[in-house]
Amino acid sequence: MNGTPYTTVIGLEVHVQLKTRTKLFCRCSTAFGAAPNTQTCPVCIGLPGSLPVMNRQAYVLALKTALALHCDIPACTKWDRKNYFYPDLPKGYQISQFDLPMSRDGYLDIGDPQGRFPDRRVRILRAHLEEDAGKSMHDEVAGRADSRIDLNRAGTPLLEIVTHPDLRSPEETKAYLTELKLLLSYIDVSDCNMQEGSLRVDANVNLHLPSPSGTIATPIVEIKNMNSFRAVERALAFEAARQYQVWQETGRKLGDVPKQTRGWDDQAQVTRAQRHKEESSDYRYFPDPDLVPVRVTPAEIDAARAALGELPAALRDRLVTTYALDRYDADVLVNQGRPLVDYFEQVAAQCQDPKRASNWIQQDVLRTLNERGIGIAEFAVAPPVLAELLRMVGSGTLDTMRGRQVLQQMVDTGSDLATAIAALGITEMSDEALVTLCRELLAANPKIVADVKNGKQQALGALIGQARKRNPNADPTRVRKVCAELIEEM
Amino acid sequence: MSLTRADVEKVSLLARLALTPDELDALTVQLGEIIRYVQQLGELDTRDVQPLSHAMDLTNVFADDTLLPSLDREQALANAPKRDAECYRVPAMLGDESSR
Ligand SMILES: [Zn+2]
Repeated sequence: MNGTPYTTVIGLEVHVQLKTRTKLFCRCSTAFGAAPNTQTCPVCIGLPGSLPVMNRQAYVLALKTALALHCDIPACTKWDRKNYFYPDLPKGYQISQFDLPMSRDGYLDIGDPQGRFPDRRVRILRAHLEEDAGKSMHDEVAGRADSRIDLNRAGTPLLEIVTHPDLRSPEETKAYLTELKLLLSYIDVSDCNMQEGSLRVDANVNLHLPSPSGTIATPIVEIKNMNSFRAVERALAFEAARQYQVWQETGRKLGDVPKQTRGWDDQAQVTRAQRHKEESSDYRYFPDPDLVPVRVTPAEIDAARAALGELPAALRDRLVTTYALDRYDADVLVNQGRPLVDYFEQVAAQCQDPKRASNWIQQDVLRTLNERGIGIAEFAVAPPVLAELLRMVGSGTLDTMRGRQVLQQMVDTGSDLATAIAALGITEMSDEALVTLCRELLAANPKIVADVKNGKQQALGALIGQARKRNPNADPTRVRKVCAELIEEM
Repeated sequence: MSLTRADVEKVSLLARLALTPDELDALTVQLGEIIRYVQQLGELDTRDVQPLSHAMDLTNVFADDTLLPSLDREQALANAPKRDAECYRVPAMLGDESSR
């Protein structure tokens, strides 16, 4: 409950654009960003006499996604017309799925290694295929009261994934979306680009308030226009607080007023009521006579399931059991996507030190990738090279700080390991040289010597920086050890 | 099931048909007759008949995900009642996304 006197109850409808070359029912391109109205044909602009034909690949990708979400796949699915009038919907109906969706009753597990919310199984009510509408733009330039319609997007395949109202906070909702996006990227079915509209989120939210006579629910509000996961999080937080205030002012309960739709205004950081036509929720669905049903056999479903590959949840478990990583580390690696996990596994196997590999990849490698805005495929240091470097660090040939410098040198110059080490002038200090250096340091720092003698071992830390200034090859561990021994003898 | 005048009024609204009161009266009768005609099917015993979602005994009609040429823009916009160089033009629709 997060200290609030209510529980926030959230369900999501996520529209995901499937990664096909062509549209759901015609062979026009789905490529984003083309000049307006250059990717349309008689089918997708609804000219009389045209006939839709189902895109096989769209069904394959939808099936893959539904299986990854642990959905049941009915043996037969069909197409329905959802009727409404809108200028970006040229046929006057959207081809969608009503009573026989291609999948239902799945789930997606979410959790937080940092424990900010409990592990939760978010139930999926259904996932069904439908076609997208076109895009409308208001013409502000000429000040004319016109909207401009681009139908390039009309007919693009979407998978609508609907959850039960199982989410309990904005944080959980963000975690669900993040995990869903990760899953979709692992199975490679969608680009999931919110800016380009290939992943869209609508949320249904209301509050449950405890009362002596049982739980009271506030009216459900649907929120639209959220253009990033952060916007989703903020919109839900705002909406929960708003609903609580309205509840306190009006006492209105679920059923007292019709369902309201509100749009998120990211500039103002508020939700606003949208105009709503009472009759528009009556879509008069009926089976589309132009399209025949799709039948799928248990053998086909099994084959599709077998071809899914390792999904993020299973991969996290395997990293924990195989490499003895903790949950948090496994989470960070897996959340970066499969290529980074592959990179980690190669480094871990070759340096025989998975924990060190995981640490270095999470810190140094990820930092470089983020700084440069590149993916692991473009990272200059190949797994065997990083493994070799980590072996040297592990055996003490290189100290950690020097190791970092070597990695940075390889990243900056693209050089190999030996060249990078040579370029940094790295040679191991002899014992004599190190002892001499330490004696000089102690002579110059009588206060530190006194502190250590008085039991403040941590005072030695200040000497390490000084040692490295005098000689960058001074190994901090050895400096600390030799200085401690010398003070002991004094 | 019999059709009421209110039903016809609602459907006409959904279909964006502006009907006069006389037309509403007439259509309530005519549509009611059509529905009664189709309702004769309800007299059949269909307990042993599999539900059907399509009149043709066909399933899995697919096309490959292979690009074919689209219309060029001039052809696509040729029938638009109102247009500009790139787009169809329609009366302003602002903040009304919620009607879906
Ligand atoms: Zn088309």
